[in-house]
Formats: sequence, C-alpha cells, structure tokens
Amino acid sequence: MSAAVCTIPFEIAPFRLTGAVYGTLLNHRSALAELGSRAAQPPYGAPPRAPVLYIKPRNTLAASGDQVQIPAGMSELEAGPCIGLVIGRTACRVREEGALHHVAGYLIVNDVSVPHDTFYRPSIRFKARDGFCPLGPAVVPRDAVADPDALTLRTYVDGALVQTASTADLVRSAARLLADVTEFMTFIPGDVLALGVAWPAPRVRAGQRVDIAADALGTLSNEFVMAAR
Amino acid sequence: MMRARVAYSGAIHTATPARNPQGAQDRAEELLLDDGRLVSGAEVVWLPPFEVGTIIALGLNYSDHAKELAFNSQEEPLVFLKGPGSLLGHRGSTRRPAGVKFMHYECELAVVIGRRAKNVARAASMRHVAGYCIANDYAIRDYLENWYRPNLRVKNRDGGTVLGPWLVDASDVPDPANLGLRTHLNGELRQQGNTRDLIFDIPYLIEYLSAFMTLVPGDVILTGTPEGVANVMPGDEIICEIDGLGRLVNTIAADESFGR
Repeated sequence: MSAAVCTIPFEIAPFRLTGAVYGTLLNHRSALAELGSRAAQPPYGAPPRAPVLYIKPRNTLAASGDQVQIPAGMSELEAGPCIGLVIGRTACRVREEGALHHVAGYLIVNDVSVPHDTFYRPSIRFKARDGFCPLGPAVVPRDAVADPDALTLRTYVDGALVQTASTADLVRSAARLLADVTEFMTFIPGDVLALGVAWPAPRVRAGQRVDIAADALGTLSNEFVMAAR
Repeated sequence: MMRARVAYSGAIHTATPARNPQGAQDRAEELLLDDGRLVSGAEVVWLPPFEVGTIIALGLNYSDHAKELAFNSQEEPLVFLKGPGSLLGHRGSTRRPAGVKFMHYECELAVVIGRRAKNVARAASMRHVAGYCIANDYAIRDYLENWYRPNLRVKNRDGGTVLGPWLVDASDVPDPANLGLRTHLNGELRQQGNTRDLIFDIPYLIEYLSAFMTLVPGDVILTGTPEGVANVMPGDEIICEIDGLGRLVNTIAADESFGR
C-alpha cells in the first residue's frame, strides 16, 4: 500500500514522494484556543515555543480510495484534515521570505488518529497505525495555488459538511513553519510537511466515508471500516 | 557476515572487513569492496549500512537510565519516531549549535528488520530480524518541551541518528540479549551497559510494534540507551561500541563548519 502512495502522480519535479511525512501539532488557532489555559499547566508547563512535529511512518501512507481500518474494540477514529506541502527543493535553514520556493506543490492529508486527550507523550499507537495517513488525490503544483495562506478545506462525513478550516487561521503560516522547522531539520524533495489540523477533529465510525475537499486540490476520499479481529 | 555501505571512487558499494572481523580496534579499517577492490576505511565515506526505512526509537528502556532521568516504571514502551533526514554514517560529524548547554550521545543497539512483520507473536519475532548495528541517537535537551516528548527539535536534528559501521547478520549475533555497550568520549569510557538490562526486550518490541504497524525490511528499532550520557562539545570524538558489532565513530562540529 505505502509503495503505491509514493507514486502519486505529479508532473513536476521531484515527480515522487519520499514517503517521509511530518505532521504539525497545534498549528491551527482553533486547536490551541481549545486547549486554552491548560497549555500552561502540568504536564505541559508552557505553550509550545518551537514547532512540534510528529512523523507518520511509511506504513501509515494510503491513497484516496483506500479503506481506513478502525481497530477492533474501538468505536470511532478522528479524521485529521490538513494541507500538506510537498518539498521541491532541499530546504535547510530557509528564511520565511522565499520559503515557499522550496515547495513543489500541495496535497490533502488525512492525519487519522485514535482519539486521545494528551499531547505530552502520546503512544505512537494513536497515530502510526497501518493506513492512518491517506494522501492525495494528487500533488498540485505550487503555481496552481494562488494563495496557500487562504486555502479552505471542507470535510464531509457521508456527504454532510462537518468541518470547514482555512490555512488563514494557522498559528504559523506555511512559510513561517518551513523557516522554523528547517532551522533544525532539513527536508529533501518529496518530503511532506502537513500544516496542522483544526479543532474539533471530525469523528468517524465504521461504514462512514470521509471526503476532504479543497478548491484547488481536489477531494481525498476514504471509507472507514471495522478491522477484522 | 558484517557489511558496510560506503561511497568510494564515484559510486556506492557494499564492503566487508578485509581483516579484523571483530570490528577493527585499529583506526585503519581495511575494506573489501563488492567489486574486489581493497581500500582503507579512511578513503571511503561511510553511509548507514543498509537502506533505512522507518526509524523507531525507545526512550528510557534501561532501568538505570530511567533512574538517571528520574523516570518511573512504565506500562508500555516509550516509542518515538525519527526521520530519514537525521541519518548519518560512521565517521561523520554532528552539529552542536552555539549556545546550547546539554547535547548528549546515546549508544544503542539497533535491530534491523529483515522480514515483513505484522501481528507477530513473541516466540516467532526473532525470525524477522535481519541483523544489528550500533546507533548513536543524539539529543539536545535544551530544546525539550512537554509536547509530544521527545519533540523532534531535541531528537530529529540533522546528523542526530548515527548508524554503523556494519550491519551484522543476526546469525552472527548468537545472544543479542547479552551484549555489552560502551561509549568513549575523547578516549575516556563514559557510558556502559548491557542489553540484558533492557526493560522491554527485542521480542517484546517486535510483538508490540507489529500489533499496530507493519514492519518491513529496512525498518530499524533503536532499543534505548543505558546510563552514562554526557555533554559533548565541538571537536569531541565519540565512539560507541557494542560487543561483536564494532565501533561507531562520530565527531562534534560547531556552527562555523556550516555555511548556514
């Protein structure tokens, strides 16, 4: 499954994804606002200073149309609609001005999680399960997106609109995030950086279909099913 | 069999030790390339010794190190993931940013997956191991925040995952649950442990992980570090050593070595 995802077609360099996908925690203002004063209390002690990332490993990657399996014994999962940047040029310590020149294009990411209420040291069981990161349906070249800071994502569960989120409401814009992250880690062409999920993340039960649509980026569609025991 | 991946004379090669198969106590490691050429280890660029997939790392998996960090006993392994951009080979250098107070090495046994593993029971788990290598899993504690600990700014920095020098076949490591680990900082022994003291052992980790994520060849589990971590400064030479796996050398570089 994951190998196929890395061949999501796109007609611009680097032509393929590396399979490295990074998510950004609490980068949508709604998510940080929901946490409110708890961000300053134990166990956190202080709101995040630097960007907090996590990794969606290659076993999580899936394509539009693939089924997402709800683990046996669980009733629902959280969808994580967000925009992903596909890196086009090696990005090491880039400046915010011009940071987007390192972006080849954009895609939709569904950063699926098992619902959990801690950000301190959550088990990777919540985010790194097989098939928990559908991407696509395609990589849209940077030039085809007029303003990456004004992309609206609409998420539908079984056709009903459940969330509308915009990249205008990110804590760190795409360019700012690239600058702050590449201060400590380098991205190479084909890496994906997802910009952050809005609160509340839609809950999805077995048998339901999630469609995440953005005007310029198409629609990422996945059915959620109960895993066989 | 122990194998390295090296860049030499314009290409990437598989290489085996030409002599001294226990991993070269002498600095002049001599290598036999897959095309028959005999070269000195000093003439090649050492790469991580296999095509690295998902990098899975354990926090606080030795009871002494957990105590060192004042950490209580755990119900579940503390697992975090690292990205491919952090990888570095033997004899590479790792950057220490100016102004940080505590950057430390972590010598760890790395378990390399050789066969697809999904829902593998403990008893069958070791059949999925291709082999072992040494890992040095750097951290800069100054950047620790209480969000998704350990956050990537601490653990996933460029050059922060050093692997090598060799991938040693599992069949040549009869008892991976009894391997001594040692780290020498500028020639002085600073860290010592033994894999028999792992809180969660290799079969447990493969069973645990494969229950929710399919492991495939090239995925690697860094099994955690024992007590004895110490601060490192630019110019320091760090040698991580594991019985039968060789010695993994790394040096610390200052910002000045980098153009940005």
